[in-house]
Amino acid sequence: MVRFVDAETRVVVQGITGKQGRFHTKLMLEYGTKIVAGVTPGKGGDSVEGVPVYDTVAEALDRHRIDASIIFVPAPYAPDAVYEALDAGLDPIVVITEGIPIRDTMEFVARARKSDITIIGPNTPGVIKVGECKLGIMPARVFTRGKVGIISRSGTLTYEIADHISRIGLGESTCVGLGGDPITGLDFIDALRWFEEDPQTDAVVLIGEIGGDAEERAAEFIAEGGFTKPAVAYIAGRTAIPGKRMGHAGAIIQGERGTARSKIEALESAEVPVAEKPSDVARILKGLLS
Amino acid sequence: MRLLEWEAKEIFRDYGIPIPNGRITSDPMEAREIAEEIGGPVVVKAQIPVGGRGKAGGVRFAETAEEAYEVAKTLIGGEVRGVKVERVLVEEKMDIQRELYLGVVIDRGSRSYTVLATSEGGMEIEEVAARTPEKIIRMTIDPVEGFRVHHARWMVKQIGLIGRDLLRGSDILLRLYRIAVEMDAELTEINPLALTSRGLIAVDARLNIDDNALFRHQTLLERFGESELLDLTEREREARKLGLTYVELDGDIGIIGNGAGLTMATLDTVQLYGGKPANFLDLGGGAPADRVEMAVSFLLADPRVRAIFINILGGITRCDEVARGIIAAREKTGVEKPMVVRMIGTQEEEGRRLLEEAGIHCLDSMEEAAERVVSLLGR
Repeated sequence: MVRFVDAETRVVVQGITGKQGRFHTKLMLEYGTKIVAGVTPGKGGDSVEGVPVYDTVAEALDRHRIDASIIFVPAPYAPDAVYEALDAGLDPIVVITEGIPIRDTMEFVARARKSDITIIGPNTPGVIKVGECKLGIMPARVFTRGKVGIISRSGTLTYEIADHISRIGLGESTCVGLGGDPITGLDFIDALRWFEEDPQTDAVVLIGEIGGDAEERAAEFIAEGGFTKPAVAYIAGRTAIPGKRMGHAGAIIQGERGTARSKIEALESAEVPVAEKPSDVARILKGLLS
Repeated sequence: MRLLEWEAKEIFRDYGIPIPNGRITSDPMEAREIAEEIGGPVVVKAQIPVGGRGKAGGVRFAETAEEAYEVAKTLIGGEVRGVKVERVLVEEKMDIQRELYLGVVIDRGSRSYTVLATSEGGMEIEEVAARTPEKIIRMTIDPVEGFRVHHARWMVKQIGLIGRDLLRGSDILLRLYRIAVEMDAELTEINPLALTSRGLIAVDARLNIDDNALFRHQTLLERFGESELLDLTEREREARKLGLTYVELDGDIGIIGNGAGLTMATLDTVQLYGGKPANFLDLGGGAPADRVEMAVSFLLADPRVRAIFINILGGITRCDEVARGIIAAREKTGVEKPMVVRMIGTQEEEGRRLLEEAGIHCLDSMEEAAERVVSLLGR
């Protein structure tokens, strides 16, 4: 079962003393996220923004009740941080780190799924329950509380589209970044199942991009009745050329597979409208919800 | 990182997978020597990082050493599928009785390695999948459990190997899986795996390494680092040296964005309004002024670029830093090109003020900005 966050979620920040960890701990605290501890091996006893720092997750758990983890540890060391969080039973685990080798991700994601623990990412902006808990690096100002859920493979594009949804007066419930890597802990289907059950979400936006077939599989899932609320999609990379990675490790067309066209056609045949431009998403949603 | 055939074969040899006798060369004279050493018919294969070589004339047979010299001379320095051939692999010609295929690929859907085998070797696996999908034997490997000997035996049995070949074939498949795991392969293939009078031999080899894992394969970079650049255009190589995430396209509107998804969406939107992007350039998150300056200067220096569209959604990226970078690039290069900037988010007011002072107008909406940049070029 997929688990996200809410006002009650208590968080440890792994890699809290690094530049990114420090900066985003401050912003998450400002948002109201309950960060109770931080971990950096060798920095136990320090504090960051008033949050006590421990050498290990186990020590942090001895002193605090903790539910979830967010990881800012550099790529070569990030997998071990994930295993530490898995061993502690933390759920969800948000992996912000970019550049983790695919094989490492494959292994820790397999471990997590066996233990029924949700991994968000890697290479994700994180997850936000608007107005309650921000477990990630997204700019708070683009979100306003509302009824639209967002599932996305891209960070800034999510902010772009969320900004329009906020401005048009709809607002967002929970937004989750799946991550820009070829393999991630969650895919669209996992998240759609969660949003189907979420009473605070009336509609969902899927933000996809070239590479892989997660959007096509999501379309199939929707067509088969797995997700029944209104959905709108946007797919980036219509102009991408095959064989070239477009920024994200996962954004690459290999052979005939993973093109924007194939994703758009699959979604449209599942009766999910696909916006041509990012700003069209909010307009289409408004039409569907009124 | 996509290894060339000869590089992949060296790795295969390190791992004990049988490959034909032969060597790499950039000199036709040496090609003759290699053929003499081999002492029989040879095959001369262009080493280029694209598929479909054979059909495009990049793989030629030679009966004698003299013929090998002639063939190497035509191949080296020429082009195959639009790529310049710098080196050829000269190998003994195998007496092939049957062609099989073995491969290990990352399957994004199941989040695991998938091992593939088929009796229909010698053509692209995608082609087999399209024509006779029932002939592809596949096994999804649990990343925690791994791939076991009996799995490998079962698979090669399915593609028709028996007796000693079954044992040899499963041994090769296990070694291939080990290469995938230990070398962080995104894909590794033996196609064809040839059944010859000398047993099973990997006649062609593919090995693509996950770029994110290169930090733990330093020796690989030292051995084969150059060929990684063969995939890239000259501008892409320059950009790589500067540490920019850049992909060259064939239009005339230079694009800079922050975040891969937003940058891709920017290209798409420009195209939607009838413009042609000259490139993809993603600043990533939190770019400071000097990085922005470098990116803008890079596009200013590109003669194909007739106008530049910069699209920034500031989160951890600060708009004032972006503005300083843009202004510095214009001042230092002294190059004037029409520029459209769309910038919202963190430190937006300060960023806009800086740009307005420098005479650059800032827009709120990326669609509006895309339309503007296209109209500047009179389309």
